[in-house]
Amino acid sequence: MKSLDILGAGIIKENPVLRLVLGTCPTLAVTTSAENGLGMGLATLAVLVASNVLISMVRKVIPDKVRIPAYVVIIAGLVTIVQLLIQAYLPALDKALGIFIPLIVVNCIILGRAEMFAAKNTVGASALDGIGMGIGFTLALFAIGSIREFLGAGTWMGINLTADLWPAAAVMILPPGGFLAYGAIIGLLNKVTNQRITATGCATCSMEEACAPAKEASK
Amino acid sequence: MSAPLLVTSSPHLRAPDTSRSIMLDVLIALVPALGAGVWFFGLAALLPIVFAVVGSLLGEYATRVWFLKRDNRLGDLSAVVTGVLLGMNLPPSIPLPLAFIGGIIATALIKEVFGGLGQNFMNPALAARVLLFTAWMQPMTHWTLPGGAYDAVTAVTPLGALKGLEGPVNLPSYFDMFVGGIGGCIGETSALALLIGAAYLVFRRVITLEIPVVYIGTTLLFVWVFGAKTSLFGGDVLTHLLSGGLMLGAWFMATDYSTSPVTLKGRLIYAAGMGLLTGLIRIYTNYPEGVSFAILIMNSFAPLIDRYTVPKSFGANHA
Repeated sequence: MKSLDILGAGIIKENPVLRLVLGTCPTLAVTTSAENGLGMGLATLAVLVASNVLISMVRKVIPDKVRIPAYVVIIAGLVTIVQLLIQAYLPALDKALGIFIPLIVVNCIILGRAEMFAAKNTVGASALDGIGMGIGFTLALFAIGSIREFLGAGTWMGINLTADLWPAAAVMILPPGGFLAYGAIIGLLNKVTNQRITATGCATCSMEEACAPAKEASK
Repeated sequence: MSAPLLVTSSPHLRAPDTSRSIMLDVLIALVPALGAGVWFFGLAALLPIVFAVVGSLLGEYATRVWFLKRDNRLGDLSAVVTGVLLGMNLPPSIPLPLAFIGGIIATALIKEVFGGLGQNFMNPALAARVLLFTAWMQPMTHWTLPGGAYDAVTAVTPLGALKGLEGPVNLPSYFDMFVGGIGGCIGETSALALLIGAAYLVFRRVITLEIPVVYIGTTLLFVWVFGAKTSLFGGDVLTHLLSGGLMLGAWFMATDYSTSPVTLKGRLIYAAGMGLLTGLIRIYTNYPEGVSFAILIMNSFAPLIDRYTVPKSFGANHA
């Protein structure tokens, strides 16, 4: 695979939030403003790149049976570093994101990329994958946060855009607004890129071999 | 020679009903309540309804024809019914752009995105109302008294007064609540007018009695038992019956075909659930009114209720 393909996959084609629908919990919870979305995205990006590189480096040393705990230890160490840095240098962001920074440890995207990509590829490719996926995550969160902040508070990155000409729709920065903006962006992206979600059946599924006997028995 | 034998496949009996004729019946049934709203709140009360109808027509057309490239179905009048119901569920002093946005939300976001008429899992008008309510709390709860200076006087709804939300206010007489002329949404002011419309719907067999009757009955039972602050069995049943959105909701919203269960048993569970939730919200939460929430919550349970109340096939021993 060409390095540019690896880098580009995460941005639109396999965007972790909008296409793979991973990491939805931080996506819905912290995107109440564009700034929070950006901060969360960049924090995750940093952890993702570092964890992909480290896991790719040690992938041949870790015994297969304990790989998940090993990944979690690595990721948790990195998240602790990022959390301490944010607390030290960006206390306002730390306050806004709250519990969701330590929860990056269990973010599906990071564990998913470790398992699907970094554990099978070279250090360089894994770094590129981490950067691409991280940028895709950041862009998605930034877009959702921008929409919610503009509609729900009338501002963008803290700048008042509506000049208070109309009252902001408070619902957009409440939990329902998160689902609305998230769904609307997925729908628009699928519409623009002409994505068709089709069920391919059992033939192309990687679990087919394991699951066929069970299916046979249940008939 | 005898007449040639006519061979057709089923169905052999067809009812004359169409989506359009049913929607037309609902619109006719809403006319008395609409008239009462205009009578008590003034001709300006028509404007939010017009804006909501225009919004819902535009929302349906834009989503269906421009965005999803499907056929234009404005002719079945369902978007008009949605718009009118939404407008009747808004306070008369609502800023008109909000009514328009509500109309768009109702048909575009709640109905067409889920597949259009019959595919929506929630009542579009009510879902739009609740979305407006959570988005713009202040204008959505700004009630005016009918008859008075239109923009200036802020009133309190009878249910709000019962709850003591805005200080002690004398409740209007039961006669006023029944005939109309109390604070509230445009369409819910007159219980009498709503009942006339509901009678027409029942007479035309557009709706059946079980959902509204069980819904209202359960609500009243609940508020009768738990409604009084100091003792059981002392709630102000008539105020709860005649004011607020119970009449409008029970007869015109809860009976929506696509969001209510199919089987009789299912409908009874559905209606009783709405009654219970309405009573709970009216008495134990910070909101004076809970009809919209109750109906929407039970709407989303309707598929589950249907699933557990599938009638046994004739002659079948086990499912």
